[in-house]
Amino acid sequence: MRLLHNYHYIVAMLLFCIGLYTVIVRRNIIKKLIGLNIMETSVFLFYISLGYLEGGIAPIRVGGADPSRMVNPIPQALILTGIVVAVSVTALALALVILLYRQYGTLDVDRLFRDEEVEEETAEEKEGTA
Amino acid sequence: MGTALNLTFLVLLVATALLAVFARDLLAAVIIFSVYSLIMALMWQRLQAPDLALTEAAVGAGVTAVLFVVTIFKTRRREEEED
Repeated sequence: MRLLHNYHYIVAMLLFCIGLYTVIVRRNIIKKLIGLNIMETSVFLFYISLGYLEGGIAPIRVGGADPSRMVNPIPQALILTGIVVAVSVTALALALVILLYRQYGTLDVDRLFRDEEVEEETAEEKEGTA
Repeated sequence: MGTALNLTFLVLLVATALLAVFARDLLAAVIIFSVYSLIMALMWQRLQAPDLALTEAAVGAGVTAVLFVVTIFKTRRREEEED
């Protein structure tokens, strides 16, 4: 029964597993980035659930709110930074994805590796003839 | 009552995450991911974190989705077939 009271953590773990599956198994890079974003939000959900108090109020001191009933504000401050970092990581990764597509014309990881091997082989052959 | 609402949001989160992962069309996946972010914003509000709810709704569902859509239009929309 105690497990049922911690359902936030269970869902956070499930979401993390879904994201990890996507990053490992899916071959399309944009799909991998969506999986990475799901993993990030699952960790955020885990942190905020840790600081949550049953029947708590938001940690804003207006109108004489009682501080002893407030939820923990420290995870919220940390995760606010985390969300911004997640967006900048996604933006940088997507810029690199556009560059990769211009260079190789594909977003499939297997094909990218194959193209790289072919280029290395042709470079070695040139060195051998020279 | 509050617990039932939380559980509904959490089940919707898992469902939208799975749909986003298994969609063949990348644009559909990105739009479903944007819905996932919106449900996550509602979840933050349920967990008494209104500042996170505002940030997630603006940044997670707005900016990230726009970045993904721009990337898809600059590259290709369909996932490549197995070969």
